[in-house]
Amino acid sequence: MIALESYILVAGLLFAIGAFGVLLRRNTLILFMCLELMLSASILGLIAFSRYNATAEVAMMSGNLLVLFIIAIAACEVAVGLAIIVTLWRRQQTVDVSELTALKN
Amino acid sequence: MREFLFYFFAALTVVPGLFVAISRNPVNAAMNMILSFIGLAALFVMLESYFLAILQVLVYAGAIVVLFLFIIMLIDAERAPKSGWLTSLAAVAALALMVTGLLTLLYSGESGTFAVAGETAPAALSQTFGVELFTRYLLPFQVTGFMLLMAMVGVIVISRKDAAEDKGGEA
Repeated sequence: MIALESYILVAGLLFAIGAFGVLLRRNTLILFMCLELMLSASILGLIAFSRYNATAEVAMMSGNLLVLFIIAIAACEVAVGLAIIVTLWRRQQTVDVSELTALKN
Repeated sequence: MREFLFYFFAALTVVPGLFVAISRNPVNAAMNMILSFIGLAALFVMLESYFLAILQVLVYAGAIVVLFLFIIMLIDAERAPKSGWLTSLAAVAALALMVTGLLTLLYSGESGTFAVAGETAPAALSQTFGVELFTRYLLPFQVTGFMLLMAMVGVIVISRKDAAEDKGGEA
Protein backbone atom coordinates (compact mmCIF):
# COMPACT_ATOMS: atom_id res chain seq x y z
CA MET A 1 0.00 0.00 0.00
CA ILE A 2 1.29 3.45 -0.90
CA ALA A 3 1.66 5.71 2.11
CA LEU A 4 -0.72 8.62 2.58
CA GLU A 5 2.07 11.19 2.42
CA SER A 6 2.91 10.16 -1.15
CA TYR A 7 -0.56 11.12 -2.31
CA ILE A 8 -0.42 14.35 -0.33
CA LEU A 9 2.95 15.08 -1.93
CA VAL A 10 1.51 14.61 -5.44
CA ALA A 11 -1.52 16.77 -4.60
CA GLY A 12 0.68 19.47 -3.09
CA LEU A 13 3.06 19.45 -6.05
CA LEU A 14 0.17 19.78 -8.48
CA PHE A 15 -1.28 22.64 -6.43
CA ALA A 16 2.10 24.39 -6.31
CA ILE A 17 2.50 24.00 -10.08
CA GLY A 18 -0.96 25.48 -10.61
CA ALA A 19 -0.12 28.48 -8.42
CA PHE A 20 3.20 28.81 -10.27
CA GLY A 21 1.34 28.96 -13.58
CA VAL A 22 -1.10 31.54 -12.26
CA LEU A 23 1.84 33.74 -11.25
CA LEU A 24 3.85 33.14 -14.43
CA ARG A 25 1.40 33.27 -17.32
CA ARG A 26 -0.41 36.32 -18.70
CA ASN A 27 -2.92 34.60 -20.99
CA THR A 28 -6.26 34.43 -19.14
CA LEU A 29 -7.09 31.04 -20.68
CA ILE A 30 -3.91 29.39 -19.41
CA LEU A 31 -4.40 31.13 -16.07
CA PHE A 32 -7.82 29.55 -15.87
CA MET A 33 -6.43 26.12 -16.78
CA CYS A 34 -3.91 26.44 -13.96
CA LEU A 35 -6.79 27.26 -11.60
CA GLU A 36 -8.45 24.03 -12.71
CA LEU A 37 -5.23 22.14 -11.94
CA MET A 38 -5.22 23.59 -8.42
CA LEU A 39 -8.84 22.55 -7.91
CA SER A 40 -8.13 18.99 -9.09
CA ALA A 41 -5.12 18.82 -6.78
CA SER A 42 -7.34 19.68 -3.82
CA ILE A 43 -9.79 16.98 -4.93
CA LEU A 44 -6.96 14.43 -4.95
CA GLY A 45 -6.02 15.44 -1.41
CA LEU A 46 -9.62 15.09 -0.27
CA ILE A 47 -10.01 11.63 -1.80
CA ALA A 48 -6.70 10.46 -0.32
CA PHE A 49 -7.67 11.60 3.18
CA SER A 50 -11.14 10.07 2.92
CA ARG A 51 -9.68 6.75 1.72
CA TYR A 52 -7.17 6.59 4.55
CA ASN A 53 -9.79 7.41 7.17
CA ALA A 54 -12.25 4.80 5.92
CA THR A 55 -13.38 2.10 8.31
CA ALA A 56 -15.72 -0.83 7.86
CA GLU A 57 -18.69 1.23 9.10
CA VAL A 58 -17.92 4.52 7.38
CA ALA A 59 -16.73 3.38 3.97
CA MET A 60 -15.48 6.81 2.84
CA MET A 61 -18.86 7.72 1.41
CA SER A 62 -19.11 11.30 2.68
CA GLY A 63 -15.70 12.35 1.39
CA ASN A 64 -16.45 10.97 -2.05
CA LEU A 65 -19.86 12.59 -2.14
CA LEU A 66 -18.26 15.92 -1.26
CA VAL A 67 -15.95 15.44 -4.26
CA LEU A 68 -18.99 14.78 -6.44
CA PHE A 69 -20.46 18.13 -5.40
CA ILE A 70 -17.11 19.86 -5.90
CA ILE A 71 -16.92 18.54 -9.47
CA ALA A 72 -20.41 19.89 -10.16
CA ILE A 73 -19.47 23.31 -8.76
CA ALA A 74 -16.24 23.24 -10.80
CA ALA A 75 -18.26 22.69 -13.96
CA CYS A 76 -20.39 25.76 -13.09
CA GLU A 77 -17.26 27.77 -12.39
CA VAL A 78 -15.64 26.87 -15.72
CA ALA A 79 -18.77 27.79 -17.66
CA VAL A 80 -19.12 31.19 -15.97
CA GLY A 81 -15.39 31.94 -16.18
CA LEU A 82 -15.18 31.12 -19.87
CA ALA A 83 -18.26 33.26 -20.56
CA ILE A 84 -16.51 36.15 -18.79
CA ILE A 85 -13.36 35.57 -20.89
CA VAL A 86 -15.41 35.58 -24.12
CA THR A 87 -17.14 38.83 -23.10
CA LEU A 88 -13.77 40.34 -22.25
CA TRP A 89 -12.43 39.35 -25.67
CA ARG A 90 -15.47 40.85 -27.38
CA ARG A 91 -15.05 44.17 -25.63
CA GLN A 92 -11.30 44.63 -25.51
CA GLN A 93 -9.89 42.17 -28.08
CA THR A 94 -7.30 40.89 -25.64
CA VAL A 95 -6.75 37.99 -23.25
CA ASP A 96 -3.55 39.40 -21.80
CA VAL A 97 -3.99 40.20 -18.11
CA SER A 98 -1.28 42.87 -18.18
CA GLU A 99 -3.38 44.90 -20.63
CA LEU A 100 -6.52 44.74 -18.48
CA THR A 101 -5.90 47.82 -16.39
CA ALA A 102 -9.40 49.36 -16.35
CA LEU A 103 -9.56 49.24 -12.55
CA LYS A 104 -6.08 50.72 -12.05
CA ASN A 105 -5.96 54.15 -10.35
CA MET B 1 3.99 -3.40 -9.01
CA ARG B 2 1.68 -1.08 -7.10
CA GLU B 3 4.55 1.24 -6.29
CA PHE B 4 5.65 1.33 -9.91
CA LEU B 5 2.11 2.16 -11.04
CA PHE B 6 1.84 4.89 -8.42
CA TYR B 7 5.09 6.52 -9.51
CA PHE B 8 4.10 6.25 -13.17
CA PHE B 9 0.73 7.89 -12.68
CA ALA B 10 2.11 10.49 -10.28
CA ALA B 11 4.61 11.47 -12.98
CA LEU B 12 1.79 11.44 -15.55
CA THR B 13 -0.09 13.90 -13.34
CA VAL B 14 2.71 16.26 -12.34
CA VAL B 15 4.84 16.52 -15.51
CA PRO B 16 2.02 17.51 -17.93
CA GLY B 17 0.79 19.85 -15.18
CA LEU B 18 4.15 21.58 -15.34
CA PHE B 19 3.83 21.80 -19.13
CA VAL B 20 0.40 23.44 -18.70
CA ALA B 21 2.04 26.06 -16.53
CA ILE B 22 5.00 26.79 -18.81
CA SER B 23 3.49 26.46 -22.30
CA ARG B 24 2.66 29.67 -24.12
CA ASN B 25 0.32 28.08 -26.63
CA PRO B 26 -3.18 27.56 -25.14
CA VAL B 27 -3.87 24.48 -27.31
CA ASN B 28 -0.72 22.76 -26.02
CA ALA B 29 -1.76 23.64 -22.50
CA ALA B 30 -5.21 22.12 -23.01
CA MET B 31 -3.75 18.89 -24.43
CA ASN B 32 -1.35 18.59 -21.50
CA MET B 33 -4.26 19.23 -19.17
CA ILE B 34 -6.05 16.16 -20.61
CA LEU B 35 -2.97 14.02 -19.86
CA SER B 36 -2.72 15.41 -16.35
CA PHE B 37 -6.40 14.70 -15.65
CA ILE B 38 -6.08 11.14 -16.96
CA GLY B 39 -3.15 10.56 -14.58
CA LEU B 40 -5.25 12.02 -11.78
CA ALA B 41 -8.12 9.65 -12.63
CA ALA B 42 -5.69 6.72 -12.45
CA LEU B 43 -4.63 7.90 -8.99
CA PHE B 44 -8.32 7.94 -8.00
CA VAL B 45 -8.54 4.30 -9.16
CA MET B 46 -5.54 3.47 -6.96
CA LEU B 47 -7.44 5.09 -4.07
CA GLU B 48 -10.39 2.80 -4.91
CA SER B 49 -12.73 5.61 -5.93
CA TYR B 50 -13.74 4.07 -9.23
CA PHE B 51 -16.86 6.11 -9.77
CA LEU B 52 -15.05 9.40 -9.21
CA ALA B 53 -12.28 8.30 -11.58
CA ILE B 54 -14.82 7.80 -14.35
CA LEU B 55 -16.44 11.10 -13.47
CA GLN B 56 -13.07 12.85 -13.56
CA VAL B 57 -12.41 11.60 -17.09
CA LEU B 58 -15.94 12.40 -18.26
CA VAL B 59 -16.33 15.84 -16.72
CA TYR B 60 -12.79 17.21 -16.60
CA ALA B 61 -10.91 15.53 -19.45
CA GLY B 62 -14.09 15.42 -21.52
CA ALA B 63 -16.43 18.33 -21.02
CA ILE B 64 -14.21 20.98 -19.45
CA VAL B 65 -11.21 20.59 -21.78
CA VAL B 66 -13.51 20.52 -24.82
CA LEU B 67 -15.08 23.73 -23.56
CA PHE B 68 -11.61 25.25 -23.20
CA LEU B 69 -10.64 24.17 -26.73
CA PHE B 70 -13.89 25.57 -28.08
CA ILE B 71 -13.22 28.96 -26.49
CA ILE B 72 -9.59 28.90 -27.74
CA MET B 73 -10.83 28.35 -31.29
CA LEU B 74 -13.52 31.01 -30.84
CA ILE B 75 -11.36 33.88 -29.67
CA ASP B 76 -8.32 32.94 -31.76
CA ALA B 77 -5.75 34.68 -29.59
CA GLU B 78 -2.21 34.96 -30.82
CA ARG B 79 0.71 33.50 -28.88
CA ALA B 80 1.15 35.38 -25.69
CA PRO B 81 4.40 37.34 -25.37
CA LYS B 82 7.08 36.07 -23.03
CA SER B 83 6.72 37.02 -19.41
CA GLY B 84 9.29 39.46 -18.08
CA TRP B 85 12.30 37.99 -16.33
CA LEU B 86 11.23 39.54 -13.02
CA THR B 87 7.82 37.83 -13.24
CA SER B 88 9.44 34.51 -14.12
CA LEU B 89 11.92 34.83 -11.28
CA ALA B 90 9.17 35.65 -8.79
CA ALA B 91 7.05 32.72 -10.00
CA VAL B 92 9.97 30.26 -9.78
CA ALA B 93 10.81 31.57 -6.31
CA ALA B 94 7.19 31.10 -5.23
CA LEU B 95 7.20 27.55 -6.62
CA ALA B 96 10.44 26.73 -4.80
CA LEU B 97 9.05 28.15 -1.56
CA MET B 98 5.83 26.17 -1.84
CA VAL B 99 7.63 22.90 -2.62
CA THR B 100 10.07 23.44 0.24
CA GLY B 101 7.20 24.15 2.61
CA LEU B 102 5.37 21.05 1.43
CA LEU B 103 8.41 18.79 1.87
CA THR B 104 9.10 20.24 5.30
CA LEU B 105 5.51 19.75 6.36
CA LEU B 106 5.43 16.16 5.15
CA TYR B 107 8.85 14.78 6.06
CA SER B 108 10.15 16.74 9.03
CA GLY B 109 8.10 14.59 11.39
CA GLU B 110 6.52 17.64 13.01
CA SER B 111 3.05 16.79 11.73
CA GLY B 112 2.92 13.48 13.57
CA THR B 113 2.20 10.09 12.09
CA PHE B 114 -0.02 9.67 9.09
CA ALA B 115 -3.07 7.47 8.89
CA VAL B 116 -2.72 3.93 7.62
CA ALA B 117 -5.26 2.53 5.21
CA GLY B 118 -7.83 0.10 6.52
CA GLU B 119 -8.12 -3.25 4.82
CA THR B 120 -11.83 -2.89 4.08
CA ALA B 121 -12.55 -2.03 0.50
CA PRO B 122 -14.68 1.11 0.54
CA ALA B 123 -18.10 1.01 -0.99
CA ALA B 124 -17.47 3.52 -3.75
CA LEU B 125 -19.67 1.79 -6.32
CA SER B 126 -22.04 3.89 -8.32
CA GLN B 127 -24.99 2.06 -6.76
CA THR B 128 -24.07 3.16 -3.24
CA PHE B 129 -23.46 6.63 -4.62
CA GLY B 130 -26.96 6.77 -6.05
CA VAL B 131 -28.61 5.48 -2.87
CA GLU B 132 -26.72 7.92 -0.65
CA LEU B 133 -27.34 10.79 -3.04
CA PHE B 134 -31.11 10.32 -3.06
CA THR B 135 -31.54 9.62 0.66
CA ARG B 136 -29.09 11.30 3.03
CA TYR B 137 -27.74 13.90 0.63
CA LEU B 138 -30.96 14.77 -1.18
CA LEU B 139 -30.97 18.44 -0.19
CA PRO B 140 -27.35 19.17 -1.23
CA PHE B 141 -28.05 17.27 -4.43
CA GLN B 142 -31.01 19.47 -5.28
CA VAL B 143 -29.12 22.61 -4.30
CA THR B 144 -26.34 21.52 -6.70
CA GLY B 145 -28.88 21.04 -9.46
CA PHE B 146 -30.24 24.52 -8.81
CA MET B 147 -26.69 25.85 -8.83
CA LEU B 148 -26.12 24.35 -12.28
CA LEU B 149 -29.31 26.03 -13.48
CA MET B 150 -28.17 29.36 -12.06
CA ALA B 151 -24.79 28.99 -13.75
CA MET B 152 -26.51 28.28 -17.06
CA VAL B 153 -28.72 31.36 -16.78
CA GLY B 154 -25.73 33.43 -15.68
CA VAL B 155 -23.65 32.31 -18.66
CA ILE B 156 -26.45 33.22 -21.06
CA VAL B 157 -26.86 36.65 -19.45
CA ILE B 158 -23.11 37.35 -19.45
CA SER B 159 -22.45 36.30 -23.03
CA ARG B 160 -25.50 37.90 -24.67
CA LYS B 161 -24.31 40.06 -27.51
CA ASP B 162 -26.66 43.04 -27.12
CA ALA B 163 -25.99 43.20 -23.37
CA ALA B 164 -22.32 43.80 -24.11
CA GLU B 165 -23.13 46.57 -26.58
CA ASP B 166 -25.97 48.26 -24.65
CA LYS B 167 -23.74 49.00 -21.70
CA GLY B 168 -21.08 50.24 -24.11
CA GLY B 169 -18.47 49.94 -21.39
CA GLU B 170 -15.32 50.76 -23.32
CA ALA B 171 -13.11 51.11 -20.30
